[in-house]
Amino acid sequence: MTPRKWDKVATTMLYLISGFIIVVLAFLLLYILISGLPHVTWKFITGRSSSFAAGGGIGIQLFNSLYLLILSMLISIPLSLGAGIYLSEYAPKNWLTDLIRNMIEILSSLPSVVVGLFGFLVFSINMKLGFSILSGALALTVFNLPLLTRKVEDSLQAVHYTQREAGYALGLSRWETVTHVVVPAALPGILTGMILGAGRVFGEAAALIYTAGQSSPPLDFSNWNPTYIASPLNPLRSAETLAVHIWKINSEGIIPDASAVSAGSSAILILFVLLFNFAARYFGNKLYRHLTGARERG
Amino acid sequence: MEKYDRSQRYLKELDDGQHEIALSTDDLHVSYGTKEAIHGVSLAFERFKITALIGASGSGKSTYLRSLNRMNDNIFGTKVTGKIMYRGLDVNSNDIDVYEMRKHIGMVFQQPNPFAKSIYDNITFAPKRHGERRKAALDEMVETTLKQAGLWEQVKDDLHQSALALSGGQQQRLCIARAIAMQPDILLLDEPASVLDPISTATVEDTLLQLKEHYTIIIVTHNMQQAGRISDYTAFFHLGDALEYDETRKIFTRPKIKATEDYVSGHFG
Repeated sequence: MTPRKWDKVATTMLYLISGFIIVVLAFLLLYILISGLPHVTWKFITGRSSSFAAGGGIGIQLFNSLYLLILSMLISIPLSLGAGIYLSEYAPKNWLTDLIRNMIEILSSLPSVVVGLFGFLVFSINMKLGFSILSGALALTVFNLPLLTRKVEDSLQAVHYTQREAGYALGLSRWETVTHVVVPAALPGILTGMILGAGRVFGEAAALIYTAGQSSPPLDFSNWNPTYIASPLNPLRSAETLAVHIWKINSEGIIPDASAVSAGSSAILILFVLLFNFAARYFGNKLYRHLTGARERG
Repeated sequence: MEKYDRSQRYLKELDDGQHEIALSTDDLHVSYGTKEAIHGVSLAFERFKITALIGASGSGKSTYLRSLNRMNDNIFGTKVTGKIMYRGLDVNSNDIDVYEMRKHIGMVFQQPNPFAKSIYDNITFAPKRHGERRKAALDEMVETTLKQAGLWEQVKDDLHQSALALSGGQQQRLCIARAIAMQPDILLLDEPASVLDPISTATVEDTLLQLKEHYTIIIVTHNMQQAGRISDYTAFFHLGDALEYDETRKIFTRPKIKATEDYVSGHFG
């Protein structure tokens, strides 16, 4: 075989492999959407779920998922920004920071069910938060923080060193250079990481089963005072999210239309995750153009 | 490489009262970790003149230049000893406010490094951080510095486009404009034209010759013709020592040291 032929064979193989992956992904996506979307109605999206009869909705689960997402991002975004900025810009290179990086690497590959059990022991039992949105949000933070931190650090590291020198040479302090030169230049990457992290959190079930719980108390959507026990915003109430709902009706659901509800929920879940992904791309690009002053073209 | 006797030196002493000195170093040593890169260099730079630092790769000229405004501080494990005198102050002492000092001793780097911001913001960003808020003053600053850097005519219609959309030569001139917007006394340039095409290089050189009226310029260059064209003084660096320092015209016509002679005539190494 000549190198030329080898090149052809290798190229064909790579095309086949990528094609296979795309086909599998497209099949999954279409299967979920085609089997789920027919069950999706406004009543389904906003309605209350039912325990025994058919025709239940997923309104509360969807609300819980979004609320939990916001709460966990509120905790994890500042933490990951701080940790990422420290690791990238301030941390000296020594065994301790190497160890921290390794820890983060290991944490990011922790199975989510382990994170869930850890959250159960620490947040629900030890800190006496019980099955609550707060426990869930903290568990999701543990689950998400390593990847977010890594993403922030990588995005900052991708900003060329000469950018920092440019800042220093103009008499800017390191903090000014980091906050006004490096972070803005890295912001599109950071934003993309955050939104993709949000997608991961949104679809997470295992980490929440033991922390946020598998049911929601009766909610009073007319009272938004977070301290009120039946308020949807009360962070100390238990909350079943969409992903947990799917898991639950498939494992122990006794409603007659379990498969339809599950398919519809999955479709909604997938649609939201897709939405996050496209939003990540759109806002990442837009932000980059805004920050760099580049014109929007075409 | 041919071994040159590094004890043979000719360093013109400018601090004789006849010349106004903008910046000088006294026995400056720079080391990275355990390796010493600069072995005690003492030079004085005359005000409103262009001084070129020449020498082969690894001769230490860039390291020397970068220690003058303490850019090496940020490189882990770097140690700089000796004096860097600026206006009667030792820049290399611990109680110097490094950030304040860098407003007076500006720098342009080898690679053009505009911020990922608009042309306008590239120039006004640092002055704004240092407290200049008046729009009129900032507008004027942008126009003046871009004119001084020879870039105004090409970008005046679109100051809010991204600096990253400019060509390499334009970016480098923007970086010069950005540096002089701080109105430094001294401008350090680390091979600013090495990545530029000949036309951009010529523009940058013209720019420097004009800037010399208001600024003291110290420039590292690999390009001997460039040193000859624009500089008033030239220092020749070899393996971490300054071996010869004199008026450029003398360095290029009648060098006193063998190593310098070989280097400028291309017989070096």
